[in-house]
Amino acid sequence: MECIAELWRFRELSYFFAWRDIKVRYRQAAFGAAWAVIQPLLNMIIFSLLFGRVARINSGDIPYPLFVFSGLLPWTYISGVLGFASLSLVSNEPLLTKVYFPRALLPMGSVLAGLLDFLISSVLLIGLMLYYHVRTGWALLFIPVVMLAMVLLTTGVSMITSALCVKYRDVRYALPFFIQVWMFATPIVYPVTVIPARLRPLLVLNPCWGIVDSLRASLFQEMPIDFRLMGASLAVSLTVFLIGAFYFRKAEKNFADVI
Amino acid sequence: MSGSITVENLSKSYRIGGARATTLRESLMDAITFARFRDQTPEETIWALRDVSFAIEPGEIVGIIGRNGAGKSTLLKLLSKITYPTSGEVKVGGRVAAMLEVGTGFHPELTGLENIYLNGSILGMSKREVDRKLDAIIEFSGVEKFIDTPIKRYSSGMRLRLGFAVAAHLDSDILVVDEVLAVGDAAFQKKCLATMGDLRSHARTVLFVSHNLAAVENLCRRCIWIDGGQVRMDGATHDVIKAYMDFMVGGALADVDLENPENRRGNGKIQFRSVSFLSPDGVAQRVIRAGDPVVIRLHYEAREPVSHPSLGFRMYTDMGTLVTETSTWHHGINIPLLELGEGYLDLEIDCLNLMPAKYALSLWATDDSGAVVYDSVECGVTLEVEMANIYQSGKEFDSRCGIVFFPQRWNLSGTQPFGRNLQRDASECEPLPR
Repeated sequence: MECIAELWRFRELSYFFAWRDIKVRYRQAAFGAAWAVIQPLLNMIIFSLLFGRVARINSGDIPYPLFVFSGLLPWTYISGVLGFASLSLVSNEPLLTKVYFPRALLPMGSVLAGLLDFLISSVLLIGLMLYYHVRTGWALLFIPVVMLAMVLLTTGVSMITSALCVKYRDVRYALPFFIQVWMFATPIVYPVTVIPARLRPLLVLNPCWGIVDSLRASLFQEMPIDFRLMGASLAVSLTVFLIGAFYFRKAEKNFADVI
Repeated sequence: MSGSITVENLSKSYRIGGARATTLRESLMDAITFARFRDQTPEETIWALRDVSFAIEPGEIVGIIGRNGAGKSTLLKLLSKITYPTSGEVKVGGRVAAMLEVGTGFHPELTGLENIYLNGSILGMSKREVDRKLDAIIEFSGVEKFIDTPIKRYSSGMRLRLGFAVAAHLDSDILVVDEVLAVGDAAFQKKCLATMGDLRSHARTVLFVSHNLAAVENLCRRCIWIDGGQVRMDGATHDVIKAYMDFMVGGALADVDLENPENRRGNGKIQFRSVSFLSPDGVAQRVIRAGDPVVIRLHYEAREPVSHPSLGFRMYTDMGTLVTETSTWHHGINIPLLELGEGYLDLEIDCLNLMPAKYALSLWATDDSGAVVYDSVECGVTLEVEMANIYQSGKEFDSRCGIVFFPQRWNLSGTQPFGRNLQRDASECEPLPR
C-alpha cells in the first residue's frame, strides 16, 4: 500500500522520464520524429511484399497491408517498449545509486513514452483504413480494453526484464531473440488459420495474440469479436503485470548494491 | 515527528568475492547443480556499517566525519532509502532530500531549463513547485544566458551551479548532503556554504558529510565521527573534530615511523619509511620553533627502480585545513631514475613561518602524471611548531592568530619603519644574502 502511495506522490516523474526519452530519442536525427511514422510504414511495405505478394498469404476479407499494419501496431509498441524499458534501469545507473524515487517509474516512463509512437502510428492506420474504404462499427468501443491489456502486459514484462537486467546483463543480448521468437509465435504477419487447429487452444496463453486479434476485430466489421479470447488475454496480461510488480518490488531493494 | 531521524542498530553488509553468481548462466548452473546446498568457497562479508544507533532532533544540523571507507556514504544511502539495511532500522520523519551528487540525472542533450524540470522532478518536486521557484533557481545558478542551451555545451562549473541551484530550492524536512562542496571553485563553495548556513533559519534537519572539517565546524553544532562502520564519537563538533584529528595524526609527536600506517594506499613500488625534521646542521628535532629554518627529510625505499617519480606532501592544520602542498613536481624537478633501495629526499625551508600548533603531513609518491600512485599516507606524520618570539616583540602567539605569519614591517605615514620589527628576522630568513 505504501509503495502505491509513493508511486502516486512521484507520478509526475514517470511523465518526465517519458518526456525526456521522447525529446532525446530523435535528437540529431535528420528525419527527427518522422521516424515514428517511417518505421511502421517500412515494416508494412516489407511484409506486404514478402508475405502478401511473394508468399501470397491469404488474409481473408481484409487487404493484406491493412491486416499486417493493424497487427504490427500493437506489436511494435510491445517490442519497442520492451527494448527501451529493459535497459531503463541499467542505463540510468547514476540515478539508482544517488537518488531515491520509486524505481518502477523508470520502466513505466518507457511504457508511457511508447504510447506517443503508438498514437502516431494509429493516425497512419486511420489513413490506411480510409484509403481501403474499410467499414467499422460499434466494436471500436473495445479499443480501450485492448490497449489496457497491451499496456498491462508490456508493463509487467518490462518490470521483469528491467529488474533482471540489473543483475544479469545477459538480458540485453537474449532479449532481441526472445522478441523475435515471440513475434513469429503470434499470428501477426500471417492469419491464425496457418496454425494447425489442434495447436490453436495453446495460443490463448500468448496474450499478444488476444491483443492483436481483438484489435483487428474492433477495427474491421468483417471480423467478429472473440470475447473469450479478449477476456483471456486481459486476464493473462493482468497476471503478468502482477507477477512483474511483485518481482520488481522484491528485486528493487538490491538495485543500488548489485548494479 | 517531522524532521527527526532515529537510527537503531543499523547494519549493512556487502558480499565480496566468494561464490556469488554474476551471470544468468552461473545462476542457472548453480540451480542445476544444487550449489546452494554444497559448501562452496566461503564468500567474504564486509560490514560497511555495524550496529549504528543515534537520534537526531528536528532542526539539528549534524556533521558526519570519518576516513574514506568508514561507512559515511553507506549511512547516507540508507537514510535516503537508496539502499536497504541488512538489519536494524531507520525511522525518518518527513520528506528526505539527498544531495549525494549534484545534478544527478541531468541529460546532456536537454537545455538548462528542461534539466531544471527533470532534475527537480527526480529530486521529488512537483512541476508546479518547480514553476513557482523557477526564477529563483535560474537566478541562483547564474546561467540565465545559457538557460536554453543544451547542457552538453556547459562547462562543468556551470552544470554544478545549476545542479546545486535546483537542490537548494528543494523543500524537505531533512536534507542529506554528501561532499558536494568538494567540487567547484571557491566562490561557488562560499555560496553553497552560505545557502547551507541559511538552512539553520529554516529549522530543517541537515546531515552534512564532508572532508572539509572547517566547513563542518562552521555549520554544525553536533558532529558524529564514524570509523570502521561504527559510531566512534558523537558530540559537540569542536570536541569531535579535535579527537578525530588527534587520532588521524596518531598522537605521537616527532616519532614518525611509517612502517604500518593505517591510511596507506598505492602500489608500493616506492614506500615512505619515516620522516625526520632536522636543524640546518643536521640535528634531529622533535619540535620546531616558529620562524626557525628546518629540513624535512623524507626517507623512502624503492622496491624497484622507478623512473620519473614525483614525491611530496600536503600539510594540514589540526582542523583539517590544507596549509600547503609541495613536491618535486611542483618545482619542475625531474628525477630521471630512483635507484632500487633506500634513500632520502630533503626539503629545506629557510623560515618555517607557521603559527605554533600541530600540523599533519600527508605524503605521496606518484609517477610524473600523478596517475599511478606508488605510495600515499594520509596524515601519517605530525609536525609540531612551538611558540617563539616571532615578531621580536617579546609577545608570543599561537594558532588563535591564524596559521601563518609573514616576514613583515609596519610603517606609519611613510616614516621610518617602526623599531626593529622584522627587519632582522626577515634577513635571517633570506636564503642567500644579497
